[in-house]
Amino acid sequence: MSDVNGKPAEGLMGSERRRLLIQEYGIFIAFLILVVVLSVSNPYFLTAGNISNVLLQTSINGVLAIGMTFVILTRGIDLSVGSVVALAGIVSASFATTSATAAVSGAPYPVFVPIAVGLAVGVACGGVVGAIVSRFAVPAFVATLGMLSAARGLTLIYGNGRPVPALVPEFRWIGTGNILGIPLPVVILAIVFAVSWWVLTRTRFGRYIYAVGGNPHAAKTSGINVTRIRFSVYVISGALAGLAGMILSARTGSALPQAGIAYELDAIAAVVIGGTSLAGGVGRVTGTLIGALIIGVMNNGLDLMGIQSYYQQILKGALIVGAVMLDQKRNQDA
Amino acid sequence: MSLLKVEGLRKSFGGVHALKNGQFELAAGSVHALCGGNGAGKSTFLSILMGIHRRDGGKIWRNGELVEFSSPAEALASGIAIIEQELSPIPFMTVAENIYLGREPLKRFGGIDFRAMNSAAQKLLDDLEFDIRADQQMASLSVAKMQLVEIAKALSHDAEVIFMDEPTSAIGEREAQHLFAAIETLKALGRGIVYVSHRLSEIFQIADAYTVFRDGAYVSSGNLADVDRPALIGMIVGRELGEEYIKTNEPTAEIGLEVQQLQSPAKIADISFQVRKGEIFGIYGLMGSGRTEIFDSLFGLDPHSTGRILLDGTAVKIGQPSDAMAEGIALVTEDRKKTGLNLTDSVRGNIGLASLPEMSPSFVMRRREEAAAAKAMIERFHIKAARDTMAVSGLSGGNQQKVVLGKWFLRNPRVLLLDEPTRGVDVGAKREIYRIICDYAAAGGTVVMISSEIDEVLGMSDRVMVMRGGRSAGILERTEANAQSLVHLST
Repeated sequence: MSDVNGKPAEGLMGSERRRLLIQEYGIFIAFLILVVVLSVSNPYFLTAGNISNVLLQTSINGVLAIGMTFVILTRGIDLSVGSVVALAGIVSASFATTSATAAVSGAPYPVFVPIAVGLAVGVACGGVVGAIVSRFAVPAFVATLGMLSAARGLTLIYGNGRPVPALVPEFRWIGTGNILGIPLPVVILAIVFAVSWWVLTRTRFGRYIYAVGGNPHAAKTSGINVTRIRFSVYVISGALAGLAGMILSARTGSALPQAGIAYELDAIAAVVIGGTSLAGGVGRVTGTLIGALIIGVMNNGLDLMGIQSYYQQILKGALIVGAVMLDQKRNQDA
Repeated sequence: MSLLKVEGLRKSFGGVHALKNGQFELAAGSVHALCGGNGAGKSTFLSILMGIHRRDGGKIWRNGELVEFSSPAEALASGIAIIEQELSPIPFMTVAENIYLGREPLKRFGGIDFRAMNSAAQKLLDDLEFDIRADQQMASLSVAKMQLVEIAKALSHDAEVIFMDEPTSAIGEREAQHLFAAIETLKALGRGIVYVSHRLSEIFQIADAYTVFRDGAYVSSGNLADVDRPALIGMIVGRELGEEYIKTNEPTAEIGLEVQQLQSPAKIADISFQVRKGEIFGIYGLMGSGRTEIFDSLFGLDPHSTGRILLDGTAVKIGQPSDAMAEGIALVTEDRKKTGLNLTDSVRGNIGLASLPEMSPSFVMRRREEAAAAKAMIERFHIKAARDTMAVSGLSGGNQQKVVLGKWFLRNPRVLLLDEPTRGVDVGAKREIYRIICDYAAAGGTVVMISSEIDEVLGMSDRVMVMRGGRSAGILERTEANAQSLVHLST
């Protein structure tokens, strides 16, 4: 019996306040501790060059994880993002290449064309998945597992299993350019984050997403079009996967058919580490960003320490499970 | 010697006393009602006796011996069982498997002896005269029958003390009578039953003794034969309340809602009624009689329903909930946790849940408007919450229900559909909800209220429609409606 029993508002007690602080900002604190430890143990860590490098490496997973946050908030999951990254990457690249064998006729097009095409591919994949999940009540796990396989297959067919090389510099700029010294992918991540934060916390659509994830039945009886909300979150996730696919191929200078494999797992990891509940309705995109940064910083730190990447995977696994264990413990204490 | 005796039981959570002084004594072969509002300490009391929580102080005697439980298994071993409010059977196992879960009779090589288990379970059920087959799947049973299985399970553990926490909250009147018959059987076997319920009429029907808790402390106890209903309510609430149902509304001549030939395949058929402005129109019926299905049709939740709906004399078309809301209809659903509230959200978020488009005309939420709306509803309905940003899951049942009402009153509805508006709500909060409903009707609102509590339907309604088998069995005027006529028409 933990109800309030109608006690009037009293000031929060010290321990209560501390608990709430940890609950709200625990992930920030963990992140800061990680940064401090790495800065102390390795002088190179806090240099501008390395910070820029970490952010750059985080940008693709960050964009995917933010899209994933929308989906997970509605009790869904999107396993297809890695394959959509590859498909959008290769299709957009075919509009931006000078290679005679891999290009669509008329390529290279002005840079906004491949960008629009890449986004459209992402939206289309998300739309198909969203329609299947929301209209036909297929579990998101199954529907997106199907898309994971299908989009990969489409990628291989589209490029005949070969990469699309020789991308024009204007397109490559998406992945390699700078604005005021900040790498463009990092700028894109910042914009995606800011817009998503605004949508989720300040708009009606954001409220709908939390309501649908928190209790779809209550949302429905409150007049919310649950089907439409479910559909839209997959479109958002698809669009962001398309964007991430273009960043990736622009960075590498060519689009690879095997790009993005297992990217969905890192994205889900970032969301979960960031404190978003897989049961839906609870979570914040700020947490997701920090979650993605934690993964990025950890990988970078371990690299700097000269630890093999195989061990990094073990640590990442432990981190995901540990974060959720802490979360559960916190919920029990609360 | 008493089966169970408790003195000075104490428990606090994080410095807050949930139970200050729990005192209780249960005689063999009796039904003892444990009464109290939400937050009175009943649940804490129960969970200590069940070994779920450790007590901070106090003594518990079982058959005169001091006991201490540190797990539900120990409580069960000492002969204390509980039939919980929300049953959690394993749905795709049989009745027998559920009864003997964790102690299945084994064959020589460790396999389960299903034949022995089924026959033992069947004998148990037959002895209790329950009409249940031991090899039936649990999922195929009604909630009422699952409760009976739980009773059989308790007896199979040889439990002498059986707690029942709000056992009738999810079953119909007729099934409740079956349950009461089963309780009589248990009594005759010399078992002691502790019965927890907000429904006083049931308590007076089946209990022999009572104990009242209030604000975490023992208030009084005695024989039910020595008290009357107002006196018991007085003890539970701690102050004089006067009449339980105070009707302030007066139906006008104007018709607010008219329903013609409403039907939905395999659910309801041929439902027609008119509700006037200022009227409270009650709908009474057993579980499964099609009560809730009427509201589903009126609110656009049932895509297969047909029929004519007229508001203020104008026919309206309702295909989905947002259509109904646009016409000024509000629906307070039967189960606030499942369909009324977003339990992961705050009080404020829940109050605004049905008015989001109105509060964000340009897509961006007007957060000041949201906060103001929450504040207004909290004040209007005296919702007791520390802050409006606190999780709605932390409120008591009565306050949660008032949040649901606030969500709908924020829309200034023309027609209010209420499905079991006081289920699981304590006596004090019930009255406040009755007052809210009456005030709304008195101000010219049109109210349709479903209730399976006979007292409530009779006390609140100006007219009552009785449902039976998906059809209307008749509409009674307030003057001709009484408990006999309702039960007679509904069965």
